[in-house]
Amino acid sequence: MLDIKGLAVKLEEEDKQILKGVDLSVEAGSVHAIMGPNGSGKSTLSYVLSGRDGYEVTGGSALLEGENLLDMDPEERAAAGLFLAFQYPVEIPGVGNMTFLRTAMNAQRKARGEEEISAGDFLKLIRAKAKELKIDAEMLKRPVNVGFSGGEKKRNEILQMAMLEPKMCILDETDSGLDVDAMKLVSEGVNALRDAGRGFLVITHYQRLLDHIAPDVVHIMADGRIVKSGGPELALEVEKNGYADILTEVA
Amino acid sequence: MAAPAQKQDPTEARLEGLTLPDGAAWAREAREAALGRFRAMGLPTRRDEYWRYTDPATLTQAAAPRAAVFKPTDEVPLFQEVDRLKVVFIDGVFSPEKSDDLAMAGLEIERLQDALAKDIHWAKDLYGTREAAGQDPVARPQAALNTAFATDGIVIRATGKAEKPVELIYLHRDEISDAILHHLVRVEPGADVTVLEVGPAAARFNKCMEIDVADTGAFHHVRAQGRDHERRAVTHMFARVGKEALYKSFTTTANGVMTRNEHVIEIAGDRATAHVAGAALGDGHYGKFHHDDTVFITHDAVDCESRQVFKKVLRNGAEGVFQGKILVKEGAQKTDGYQISQSLLLDDDSSFQAKPELEIYADDVICSHGSTTGAIDETALFYLRSRGVPTDEATDLLTLAFLAEAIDEIADEALREDVAARLREWLERRRRG
Ligand SMILES: Nc1ncnc2c1ncn2[C@@H]1O[C@H](COP(=O)(O)OP(=O)(O)O)[C@@H](O)[C@H]1O
Ligand SMILES: [Mg+2]
Repeated sequence: MLDIKGLAVKLEEEDKQILKGVDLSVEAGSVHAIMGPNGSGKSTLSYVLSGRDGYEVTGGSALLEGENLLDMDPEERAAAGLFLAFQYPVEIPGVGNMTFLRTAMNAQRKARGEEEISAGDFLKLIRAKAKELKIDAEMLKRPVNVGFSGGEKKRNEILQMAMLEPKMCILDETDSGLDVDAMKLVSEGVNALRDAGRGFLVITHYQRLLDHIAPDVVHIMADGRIVKSGGPELALEVEKNGYADILTEVA
Repeated sequence: MAAPAQKQDPTEARLEGLTLPDGAAWAREAREAALGRFRAMGLPTRRDEYWRYTDPATLTQAAAPRAAVFKPTDEVPLFQEVDRLKVVFIDGVFSPEKSDDLAMAGLEIERLQDALAKDIHWAKDLYGTREAAGQDPVARPQAALNTAFATDGIVIRATGKAEKPVELIYLHRDEISDAILHHLVRVEPGADVTVLEVGPAAARFNKCMEIDVADTGAFHHVRAQGRDHERRAVTHMFARVGKEALYKSFTTTANGVMTRNEHVIEIAGDRATAHVAGAALGDGHYGKFHHDDTVFITHDAVDCESRQVFKKVLRNGAEGVFQGKILVKEGAQKTDGYQISQSLLLDDDSSFQAKPELEIYADDVICSHGSTTGAIDETALFYLRSRGVPTDEATDLLTLAFLAEAIDEIADEALREDVAARLREWLERRRRG
């Protein structure tokens, strides 16, 4: 599904190398987790994959189902099936949540040569999905993320994911700032989307999210590289001993 | 008093060929007085402080510059779905054939020249009165010129709740038309009327509206200035707002080589409200675009509220200007004055100049003003794109979001939705090229 090879990235404005050769392959139907200390480059990886400005790829490649992601505009990547649940979801005053989602959905459909969703079908769909995530009608009407609590923003990200049904989902610290109940809702939302045709890359700082979303593979990222990969037990090890041991071990 | 020497020649040149229209004695007097005011002030030039950001030359020159007649293609006219009384002017001349019958419950309505021909008419107290009062402390010579020479217009007296809005439809047919229209609106106590204005009117348009909102009356105004790229307009709204009365005006402008819209509002009765708003979209790609909103609100009563909300979206060298003043007179305690002017510049070629002013002589007031100039929010743009919305569509969405605060000033939902839909379509057409 997602194949990243030797991906090296520096900041466009500064001479600062952030990713120093990332290798990672997420197969369809699997959930991969990336853990790692703050500043190791996890968010940068997610931004570069989704096409945000400000970074320069200095080496390597990233393919989505064999297509070169790095050549595409962000909207093309989305239409191709890539989705990033942001670590810090963006507030957009003046744009209603519903309008936003419908515009996005139809833009993706149009790009793929599919029919637009009718207003009625859209409404039915969003109501059903919102209910599962305990997002009320009031929240749907409000401007995108404006005045939402941290947990509401994260649930809103998962709602977008559920509506857009991407092939490859990247979740960047979706668990941060969530209480236990919200964590459960978000995890259930993600688990409901788990599917043989879909890949997940779950970035997290803590093991606790992985109690709810059981990963197939866990990677440890440090200083712009994947330094260790393993099974779910790797996350438990981090939980118990922190990153220090692993980092010394691979140093 | 005569105008400064250097202004006299162009001022007299402008008057050439114009004659004071006939009418009742009081109307002749009002026109002669206005002509006197005009001569004393003289036409404005770029050197005048009030015209620092807008060059009045093409508005003041003797003959109207030619303006091609714009032919809309696939658009439904604005307010088509709204039940309203249509009053049509073609190049500034009332068209009885195209207009509805001038009759409606809750309203007296007639042509300006008919009202001004009558020896006894309520218009006597209003014609030229608000305009004359609005000349102090800042001169507005073109409004005086209008009072002196306006040959057409509409005169409305609301006596109750008008059953539907009155729409003034301004058609432009002649490439060199130079129209002067003068309207009067008197809202009696407790009455309520909505006046809509749509269209370019002429190659060059000088419009003046004098409005007297009596105690507890309500005046609503929604205007869409014509889309003709080459049209020019200088407009004045002079209003007096009485006790517990409401004055609400919204203008949207897309296209137009030169527009200067002035609002001069005197809040004269306690607990009165005055809101003025504007949403302008300028794209220099279609030709020059210059749009100037100039607002002067005077608070002269207790516990009143005023709002000014002006938004401009500018690209391809489009120019926006905002001059807004809140004057709070001595004794106008508990005034709540708010003013915001913002521009969204979609490229480096476009420009916005703002001159917000507060002048306050009362101590118990809340007045705030702010002005911003900014580009599209890159973070929001990326967020939209990451969800699959292409850049240009995302930009339009953010543009409409930017304009929303101004559009939301339209109280009536149907009118508001119609204006919002029209701006959305304008952006869509532009995007498709
Ligand atoms: N736009 C940027 N400007 C400056 N520094 C940046 C920028 N983006 C990332 N960095 C730096 O790159 C490193 C990796 O950051 P990030 O990808 O956010 O890490 P993580 O998500 O693992 O905490 C940090 O040192 C961070 O300060
Ligand atoms: Mg991060």
